[in-house]
Amino acid sequence: MSDPILKLEGVYTNIAQYHILQGVDLEVPRGAVTMLLGRNGVGKTTTLRTIIGHWRAHEGRILLDGEDITRLPTPAIARAGVGFVPEDMGIFADLTVEENMRLAAVSGPIDPARLDWVFSAFPPLKTFWKSEAGNLSGGQKQMLSIARAMIEERRLYLIDEPTKGLAPAIISTMARALRDLKDQGASILLVEQNFSVARALGDGANVMDDGRMVWSGEMKQLATDAELQERLMGLSMEAH
Amino acid sequence: MIKTLLSGDMPRSVPLTVILGLILVCLALAPFLFPGVRTVDTAARICIFVVLVASYDLLLGYGGIVSFAHTMFFGLGAYGVALASTHMGRGFDALLVGSVSGALTAAALALVIGLFSLRVRAIFFAMITLAVASAVAVLVSQLSGLTGGEDGLTFKTPRALGPAFKFGGELFGVKLNGKLLSYYLIFFGSLILFLLLLRVVNSPFGRVLQAIRENDFRAEAIGYRVVHYRVAATCLSASVAALAGSLYAIWLRYVGPDTALSMEIMIDILLMVVIGGMGTMYGAVIGATVFVIAQNYLQNLMGVASGVVEGLPVLPELLSADRWLLWLGVLFILSVYFFPTGVVGRLRAQK
Repeated sequence: MSDPILKLEGVYTNIAQYHILQGVDLEVPRGAVTMLLGRNGVGKTTTLRTIIGHWRAHEGRILLDGEDITRLPTPAIARAGVGFVPEDMGIFADLTVEENMRLAAVSGPIDPARLDWVFSAFPPLKTFWKSEAGNLSGGQKQMLSIARAMIEERRLYLIDEPTKGLAPAIISTMARALRDLKDQGASILLVEQNFSVARALGDGANVMDDGRMVWSGEMKQLATDAELQERLMGLSMEAH
Repeated sequence: MIKTLLSGDMPRSVPLTVILGLILVCLALAPFLFPGVRTVDTAARICIFVVLVASYDLLLGYGGIVSFAHTMFFGLGAYGVALASTHMGRGFDALLVGSVSGALTAAALALVIGLFSLRVRAIFFAMITLAVASAVAVLVSQLSGLTGGEDGLTFKTPRALGPAFKFGGELFGVKLNGKLLSYYLIFFGSLILFLLLLRVVNSPFGRVLQAIRENDFRAEAIGYRVVHYRVAATCLSASVAALAGSLYAIWLRYVGPDTALSMEIMIDILLMVVIGGMGTMYGAVIGATVFVIAQNYLQNLMGVASGVVEGLPVLPELLSADRWLLWLGVLFILSVYFFPTGVVGRLRAQK
């Protein structure tokens, strides 16, 4: 097996007086979708935000392709090839869809073929290309948020709850787009509460509890073991 | 052609286009349409304040950065021209050296303030600019040997820009003299600077600034260094404010703490940006025009109104010309109440 694209070694992150991450170890293999699961408030979002440099790791190391990025500023991490889709979407509402996409293409002009691919995954973005992003619906905003990360080939995609609060039809579109991204060989670290999406996309799974990684293994093993799910996350995937 | 000049940022509203067109025509032909010292002076002030307010809009409206030192940068440009003209003698070379030095000094000072304060949080920038602007105003008053202190500096501009210089007889009843040339120097200088600012805010740099204003963390997570962009915007805004100050000094042939450095001007700039509409650039044109005209003519208008209602109870007292500042305040409160997104924002929303 090749070296992982991302490796976290004993990462501790404090936010104000709170010790959110308490020694997180994680490996994200290349060309696979790695799920980061766990109950609310266990540190999944903080893990992603620590990787991208929004929160600083107080201890431990974060290695991207073997290179230590723990102390790098966020823009440097992003330009090193980490695409981040935050939970709150973070679209630029006053800018048009086009401007949002052009800003996201940091290494140069948008590749037309890549843009066509993004449009095929998210057709509404083509329709509303010249519209202000603030006027899009919630689902379309989420599409834009993911499309911004997809518009350039990244070494790693960090995606935080892409289907949260979306209608079932939009969730299917999201899942298809992420499947498409996966099929292109992308390396993805995905936080997802929707277990049917997690089960469909995930290759590997990592479960967090109380700021630590409590289980790592194959997604299909977790998906079929109701007792394990109950023990790790306090609920069963079968219910979803 | 027009679209290229406006960097593709069209007014996007018919009433707004009409108003802007009217203002442009009035300012372009002001010496011929409204001959008279006071009216032409008002037109020149509008031109200069359009640039000053637009440069502040780059900072506040596009960058989301609150600064209280914009008048200081304006003053640096004005004093640059005054000092150069005083020490080098009257001449266009002195104007050029003074303007460039003022703009460069403003940019350097903005760089230092920005690097020290914008690194932490934008709010510290506001506090530090307030402190630095106050310190510079005191310094200028104290260094009377260099700056003329509270009295300021009166200096001579090139002969070609003075009323004594004639280059023809009359055109449509207007004397073709240096003062006319001076007005057009101000007009075209302001127009070029405004179009330059419009180009900047519609460039990729401007888009990144807007993105930072909306969500700075997200902009960083995409790969943009927020501090670098904020500092660059501050330096650019400060330089353009300084150039507006230079134009002001050239027009007045005088510079003093009250005309170029006072906190009152800073508050006026803030009001003009808010009234016109933040983050629109065109708001600067509307805001500056409304404000400068109100400042210059509200008193006269109220004097006339007071005369009309003479004999009636209370009204003449309320409309007395001495109370013009009260009514100016009322006008601003009403405009902010009815146009929370500024005049431009409201007109665009009506589309």
